This record gives sequence, structure tokens and C-alpha cells, in this order.
Amino acid sequence: MSLEAKSLTFRYRRRGQSPVLEGVNLTLEPGERVGLSAPSGRGKTTLCKLLAGYERPVQGTVLLDGRPLEQYKGACPVQMIWQHPETVLDPLLPLGVSLNEAGAVEERLLEELHIQPGWLTRYPQELSGGELQRFCIARALGPATRYLLCDEITAMLDLITQTQIWDFLLREAQRRNLGLLIVSHSAPLLERVCTRIQSLSPIP
Amino acid sequence: MEPILQVEHLSISFSQYHRGTRKRTLPVIHDLSFSICPGQVTAVVGSSGSGKSLLAHGILGILPYNSALEGTILYQGTPLTQRRAEQLRGREIVLVPQGVTYLDPLMEVGPQIRKGRRDPRSKARSRAVLERYGLGPEVEKRYPFELSGGMARRVLIASAVVEQPKLILADEPTPGLDARAASRILGHFRELAEDGAGVLLITHDLELALTIAHRVLVLYAGETIEEASAADFSAGRLRHPYTRALWAALPQNGFTPIPGTQPYPGEISDGCQFAPRCPRCRPECRGPGPVPYVPRAGGWVRCRFPEGGEAL
Repeated sequence: MSLEAKSLTFRYRRRGQSPVLEGVNLTLEPGERVGLSAPSGRGKTTLCKLLAGYERPVQGTVLLDGRPLEQYKGACPVQMIWQHPETVLDPLLPLGVSLNEAGAVEERLLEELHIQPGWLTRYPQELSGGELQRFCIARALGPATRYLLCDEITAMLDLITQTQIWDFLLREAQRRNLGLLIVSHSAPLLERVCTRIQSLSPIP
Repeated sequence: MEPILQVEHLSISFSQYHRGTRKRTLPVIHDLSFSICPGQVTAVVGSSGSGKSLLAHGILGILPYNSALEGTILYQGTPLTQRRAEQLRGREIVLVPQGVTYLDPLMEVGPQIRKGRRDPRSKARSRAVLERYGLGPEVEKRYPFELSGGMARRVLIASAVVEQPKLILADEPTPGLDARAASRILGHFRELAEDGAGVLLITHDLELALTIAHRVLVLYAGETIEEASAADFSAGRLRHPYTRALWAALPQNGFTPIPGTQPYPGEISDGCQFAPRCPRCRPECRGPGPVPYVPRAGGWVRCRFPEGGEAL
């Protein structure tokens, strides 16, 4: 019962490009919160995209409970929350529509994330990054979700919003026994929220 | 020392249409006062939407057409009018913008830093500035898409300081950089201040701001609620409950959240903006009437019942 990355290699199809990731291994168990830190440009976001199925590795596989991730149908059990919420919400849809696009979101989540009913009819450009990120978190927590990949999800938020969001996510992860992969440049943050910290091994 | 920039009772508002043709005025910055001295780094911290970037745009005179600015901005003791701002910006007053998107994608780095000038003096100067930030001659031939995030930021700083400015406005120069790269970038600003420039550092990263700033200005819902020295934070001499909450929310200081969100520009009352979230709110705090911004223990605070520190 785990999410496993087995010797993942990934490169963009451009001539002469060296791989972004090479031979990366990672295991994430339910209930675990693994911190991932590495300098900019080392492929942290790319690793998240591979684990969530947004990109396919050139070599290696992503296994969920021993089965390749791409064999799962319906909502992907591995969900990713992105660094810049304003880039992953349709600017032409009211937030309430974006929120429920992949199935209705539990009322409880909206309350816990302090999403005001008035925000549901607003458009992404009318709300701040912290408010948008709450929507992104709520829609990533569908009933099928078992692993959450958090890619610098609070880097652009102020400190108080950051603690509010982590306070909620840690409670939710514990309640549902979710596995979390947490990418951040902030060492104090990782020490605070993670059960273990793994550094992305540098490319040889 | 005479301040290089003095901002007094600055207010910025937007006029907006809502429900058809009805117009309304949305105050975004309200009664903001501070000053910057040469050789000093002043950090402006506050949550997103508290009006930090607008402040920089207001100083540079690049606010959008539907905005109105009240109050005074003095640069070297003389009012900074729109005309004067246009003459000075890009020369004596420079902006280091937030994003890599501010670079011209179709222009090589070298000509971009020289702003098109080709004389040998400009070339030597741009070379020297790039050198200072650890960028070799090969970088001059590159286009912005060929730069990494950290390099692009150094190019942005280089193109600002090539003019030897006296006042530098840096708008969120560090997000997305790892800790080492971020502290290196901030180190550059500290150096510029040591060379005699005044630096206004706009950021939401309190921890990094404290590593280089002399003074910290805290904004909440478009108001300055506290001005403190950097040392006040670790010494527990903070005056306003919001600043205390910010400090306590640092992962290494307890990671304690407080509930609620900052009010929107349209929802701002004329009383204390922080009252609904304040852990020390008293019945008097919820009443109407502006809260005065008063000096206290070497700093400033906008609170009816400020925290007493050890210094009091």
C-alpha cells in the first residue's frame, strides 16, 4: 500500500537536453508526510507532475499499490496542488464552477477552508492568491484522493494564511490517512510539517 | 540624516463601475506615512492585497488611470510630482520588478541593460555591473528565456543599478528562489544601501526581510499598523497584535494560525481593521472612528491598546 516512483527518468524532447530527472526513486506511504527540497531547477515540480500522471516518464514507472498509475480509471487518487493557483483556474469561470467541475465538493471542506459563499460567484482575478489556493485545495480533496502532492503551495502566501492552510491540511491528512509529498524551499516549514525529509538526489 | 523619501498621509483609491453605470470609490491605501533614509533598507511586509505593490507604483507615478492619489510624497525634500517622477524614474528612482516577465523577451540581455546605448562607456559600465552580480560576458548575448530564475533576477537588479540610483524600490524580489539564492539576492540590496542608496523592500517573506532590513513597516488592509526596527521582532518588543501574530506564524516560532482573513477594500470600516481577528480585542475596539497612528517605544503603532513590551 504505497505510491512508488521507480527509477524515473524524464527529459524534454529538445535536442541536446540533459535529463531533468534521472533514476529517481521515492516511496510514499499512507499517513506519511515527506518533505522534498532541492535548489531551483532540479526537477521538483517535474517529479510531482510525473507522480500525478500529468507527464509520462521516459524510463521507470509510477506504481500505486503495485499497479501502474495509468491503469487507474476515473479521478486520479494522486492529486497535485500547484504553486501558482492563478495559473490553474480557468479565468473565465466563476470559482464555484471551477470548484465542482470534477464532482461536488463536500460542504465540510468549504467550511474548514473558510471559503466564503460569496466567493463562489467571483472570478479568479477578483480574489487573492491565498483565497484561490483554498479552492485548489478543496477540489484536490475529492473522495478518491489518497495522495496529495503539494508543490510550494504556500510560498506566495503571507505567514498567517500559510499557517491556516497547513493547520487544515495536516488535520485532513490525519483524518483520511493521506500520504503527502511536500515541496518547499523553506527548511523550517518542512521540519514543522513533515514526518521525514528527502532531498532530490543531484543529477550526476 | 535627511530622508531621501518621505511619504505623508498617502491614500490611493480606485474608482470602479459596479451594477451598470453606478460608480464607486474603493480605497486601497489609507493614511500611510513613513520615510526612508540613505543607507537604509526599509522592508514593507503585509499579506497579499494589503496594497504593497501599489505603494511602489504610487511613488513611481505609474498607477492606472482610474486611480486617485492623495497625500504628499517628498523626494529629497521636494514634492515628487507626476512630472518629476517621470524625469527621475529609471534614473535616480528605480524599480526592481517582481517577475522575469518584465524583461523584454526579444532583446538580448546586454542591450537591454544598456537601454540600447552602444557607446564604449555604457558597454564598460554594463559589463562591470553584470560582473558584480556574477554574470559573465556570455550572458550579455542571451535572451531572457535562456536565463534561469536566479539569473533573470540578477539581470533585473543589474539593469536597475546600472544607472547608479539613489532610491531603489524592490517588489517581491525573492519568491521561487531557494534560501541560498534568496539571501544572496537580498545581500545585493544591502550592499546597495551600504553604498548610500535608500532601499524599499516590498515582500511577504518576513523572515528574509528581517535578515537585511533596518526598519520594518507592516501593512494591513491598506494601512500602516506598525513601524518597528528589525531587532524588535526577536526581542519581543512588537507593538501591534497583528505583527505579533505574523511573528508567531513563522514555522520556527510556533506556527500558530489566527482565524479569519483581511477585509476587502470595499468592506473596510473606519474603525480598527484588525478587530474581528484580534486575540486582544476589547468592546471599545469594535467602535467606529479611525485609530490614530502614534509613536511608541521607538516605533509607530496603530492600535488603541498596543502591547506593552519589555521596553515600556
